[in-house]
Amino acid sequence: MAGSGSAHMRNPEDALLRVENLVMEFPVGRGRKVSAVSNVSFDLHKGETLGLVGESGCGKSTTGKAIMQLPRPTRGMVKLGDTELTALKGSALRATRPRMQMIFQDPISSLNPRRAVADIVEEPLRIWNLGDAEQRRAKVNEVLETVGIDVDAAAERKPHEFSGGQCQRISIARAVVTDPDLIICDEPVSALDVSVQAQILNLLEDMKARYGLTLVFVAHDLAVVKNVSDRVAVMYLGKLCEIGPPQELYTSPSHPYTSALLDAIPVPDPEVATDEKEHLGGDLPSPIDPPSGCRFRTRCDRATDVCAQAEPQMQPVDDDHFVACHHPLVTPVEIAAR
Amino acid sequence: MSLADTAASPVPVPGTGPILEVTDLSTSFASPRGRVGAVNGVSLSLERGRTLGIVGESGSGKSVLSRSIMGLLPASTAERTGSIVFEGKELSDWGDKEYRELWGTEMAMIFQDPMTALNPVMKIGKQITESLRFHLDMDRSTAKDTAVELLRSVRIPEPEKRFSSYPHEMSGGMRQRVVIAVALACGPKLLFADEPTTALDVTVQAQVLDLLEEQQRERFMAMILVTHDLGVVAGRAQEIVVMYAGRIVEKAPTRTLFADMKMPYTEALLSAIPKLADPPHTRLAAIGGRPPDLVNPPEGCPFAPRCPYVRERCLTELPALTPVDGDDTHLFACHYPVDSPETIEIKDRLTAQGLLISSPPPGSASDGAQDGR
Amino acid sequence: MSDHLPYRGHDEAETTGIGLAPSAMATAEAVGIGIGDTIPEGPPDAEHKRKLGIAAWIAITWLVVMLLLAILAPVLPIPDPTETFPEIARQGPSSGHLLGGDALGRDLLSRIIWGGRASFAVGFGAVAVGLAVGGLLGLITGFFRGRVDAIVTPLMSLLLAIPQFVLALSLVTVLASADDVSSARRIGVVIVGLGVVSIPILGRITRANTLAWSEREFVTAAKAMGAKNFRIMFRDVLPNVVPAMLSIALLGVGVAIIAEGGLSVFGVGVQLPTPSWGNIIAEARGQLRQAPHIVLFTSVVLFFTVLSLNFLGDVISQRFEVREGQL
Repeated sequence: MAGSGSAHMRNPEDALLRVENLVMEFPVGRGRKVSAVSNVSFDLHKGETLGLVGESGCGKSTTGKAIMQLPRPTRGMVKLGDTELTALKGSALRATRPRMQMIFQDPISSLNPRRAVADIVEEPLRIWNLGDAEQRRAKVNEVLETVGIDVDAAAERKPHEFSGGQCQRISIARAVVTDPDLIICDEPVSALDVSVQAQILNLLEDMKARYGLTLVFVAHDLAVVKNVSDRVAVMYLGKLCEIGPPQELYTSPSHPYTSALLDAIPVPDPEVATDEKEHLGGDLPSPIDPPSGCRFRTRCDRATDVCAQAEPQMQPVDDDHFVACHHPLVTPVEIAAR
Repeated sequence: MSLADTAASPVPVPGTGPILEVTDLSTSFASPRGRVGAVNGVSLSLERGRTLGIVGESGSGKSVLSRSIMGLLPASTAERTGSIVFEGKELSDWGDKEYRELWGTEMAMIFQDPMTALNPVMKIGKQITESLRFHLDMDRSTAKDTAVELLRSVRIPEPEKRFSSYPHEMSGGMRQRVVIAVALACGPKLLFADEPTTALDVTVQAQVLDLLEEQQRERFMAMILVTHDLGVVAGRAQEIVVMYAGRIVEKAPTRTLFADMKMPYTEALLSAIPKLADPPHTRLAAIGGRPPDLVNPPEGCPFAPRCPYVRERCLTELPALTPVDGDDTHLFACHYPVDSPETIEIKDRLTAQGLLISSPPPGSASDGAQDGR
Repeated sequence: MSDHLPYRGHDEAETTGIGLAPSAMATAEAVGIGIGDTIPEGPPDAEHKRKLGIAAWIAITWLVVMLLLAILAPVLPIPDPTETFPEIARQGPSSGHLLGGDALGRDLLSRIIWGGRASFAVGFGAVAVGLAVGGLLGLITGFFRGRVDAIVTPLMSLLLAIPQFVLALSLVTVLASADDVSSARRIGVVIVGLGVVSIPILGRITRANTLAWSEREFVTAAKAMGAKNFRIMFRDVLPNVVPAMLSIALLGVGVAIIAEGGLSVFGVGVQLPTPSWGNIIAEARGQLRQAPHIVLFTSVVLFFTVLSLNFLGDVISQRFEVREGQL
């Protein structure tokens, strides 16, 4: 992977969110910098969920936050509807905030421990002075009810009195209270137990339908991502490897990295022998000094000389399925032959 | 109980009979609200060379159980009753002083977070050699050679160089390998792995689990793998114990458990996991509600308040852990197991009403993978 | 089969039992049991909100009594602290003068009560100055970091590097060493002098706490909502930092009261004849052999007051430390 290019981008007019050539660099001292995200492009239609997957350090969370301009990306363009977020500053950028919200990984840390639940959920409305006190209260009650929090029992309590799952419900309530267009979910279920994880995933799907949301869903768990996504993008070391509809991407992955990720998932079925699978070896290379050409080549058993020399560009595999690889597992030719 | 017959020989010859035999173990903690019964009447046994998976949600008591066996409970608040026989020695009244002889050399533990398990200001080589020199009385150079060999055996590249690295200079996966090397240093016979891969990426998780399995085979260790993820134990453990509210609710050889699970909780735990084979936007069978309060546990079955198939009897009568007819390796604690006529009837009714998402058994799920596109 | 109980489906939220049991959690965490595999929740019960221990109540009572005495000194039936009764000079307790007299025959009880006025004024005043300036700087540098931090924090470190006592001594000497300075002005100067000294200490502690809290995701969440920086700083971060600031501030009050005594030894504390605990002790230190009761009684009062302040500081930091539940 480790590719750039824009072959996978769709008609700009249909897109709610358009991210072009996003670059996010952080200084790491001694004049060196690490590029956490490097030249990533994708787009999202209204009502769509894009799943961003990859190992930790692949830049998926940074990408999510860069869309929110928290912090602002080093280079590249982020466009929400007709608004180019990357061109805005100060209060003009602030004014776009109610249109996009974020849900975080750690449900406890994302709620202010000193504030009551109703106060936390009402805060976005107060910041934007939306409605009078009574309307705000009614809206808060509505969203809390919708996420399954008993308003009478919970409104005046502090976050630490709730379980992780409940805190995540409160976070979701806070995110939808301003009726945003876009919500960035940054590993929203990875801190939760499977049973609670399922509740929250179902809830997110319900909220998406109810409030007409568009989601960017960042997670490391491929099964979770598949469950919620309409389109999945796989990232490796700051680059996009493969993007496509989940069913196709999971059943016939074209990028060797996607395939390795899928093979590594433990299957809750003892009949699927784990030893037969060849697990991806090695460690993630340092993002300060990433491999030349394709960034995945150091761990890829299909790598050849060309992978070290040229960076692969996004190329179509099938309708709406694109891969950035010199030696894809599934090629457009094979698809055509089917 | 099926365990009774295996406990017959008091001093087991290595390789025969269980290395660990736990009978009716209970652990509780003092809290301002009363005693918290974290583990309640757990019995299990384990032979060398085998892996036991302990599965449950947060608060199921799975971690407390392994810490109870290993004697890692705080003396001030914890109370442990029941019997723990390890290699013929009864450990139930042992304190830190006696346990110190076992830790490292006989039993070792791998923790979830490799960062906190290692001392951040000590070079990793030293962290390994220290226990080698303490427990095995090695001299400095032998200890160093052994440590480098250990690092090599857990597949750490350039072990000589890594010997003098600090933990923060390594990735999470590498650190967990170091933790494993530290745990294996003195050749323990029983290894506890408490959520050893929860903090790691899937690719690294697979590497680490492969490594554990390989080391276990080579050293003929017994291993207890504690996890919340049925997927992790499915391919790695020979036997699985499912815990809920401090009790064992189902226990069976892995294949039996997956092929013929009896306890609705086990079924629910498996159904709640999103399956790779399912098409996108498949509604998940979440388990509503939360685990019970262990200070005032409910009367009856602890899972009853969350169980879709709950009946009157479940609310009043605690089901005992009983063997399946004709198979005393498979135990479960449920009045109306998932294949009982009563439960099947409710299941059909709820499914018809759209209240229940029935998940196909694992075998048929993988067949469905291909036809989604 | 009719005894099946109603089932509401898979998405029934966990609305039933709201609270966790923080205390059970604390036990489990304290004993090092993996977070996430601890004891589940029970109903919240108000009664186990940690009660104040008996020691805390003693400390509070002592401080309240001392403060009340200091405030009410003008209306209490005690002699004027400057009035001399030659017959009780260097004398121990007697029926008319409960704590005896000082070297000049002034009533010691009265001087200690009036001295409390000056000492508390100096202690609380100095810390208020330190909190107002240092706390604000700490909050700003910790929250914004970047350039402000790069300029202000080294300056604070510089200030910290100068021996604290020498700094306070020089400040007071320069600002108000002349003999004609009124005693109120002198107290003001001592407050400013000790306040300046406390700025970097309080600033650093506030900054460290602010840094930690500003990394929390709820701060990012507030930014994502579009909250302005100052709103986030004062409404989200400050309330979380205040307990740490308060607890260190109470310690600071004790330190300042003692420091004033130190200044008195050098003759630049609260100006005689206005009493302060510091200058009472400083003045009587030459007479330890002849009239030990002066230093003894004053020191005991000073000791218990500082001890109570320190103790309450600890209580505050424990009590307001938010339990963040599990997970």
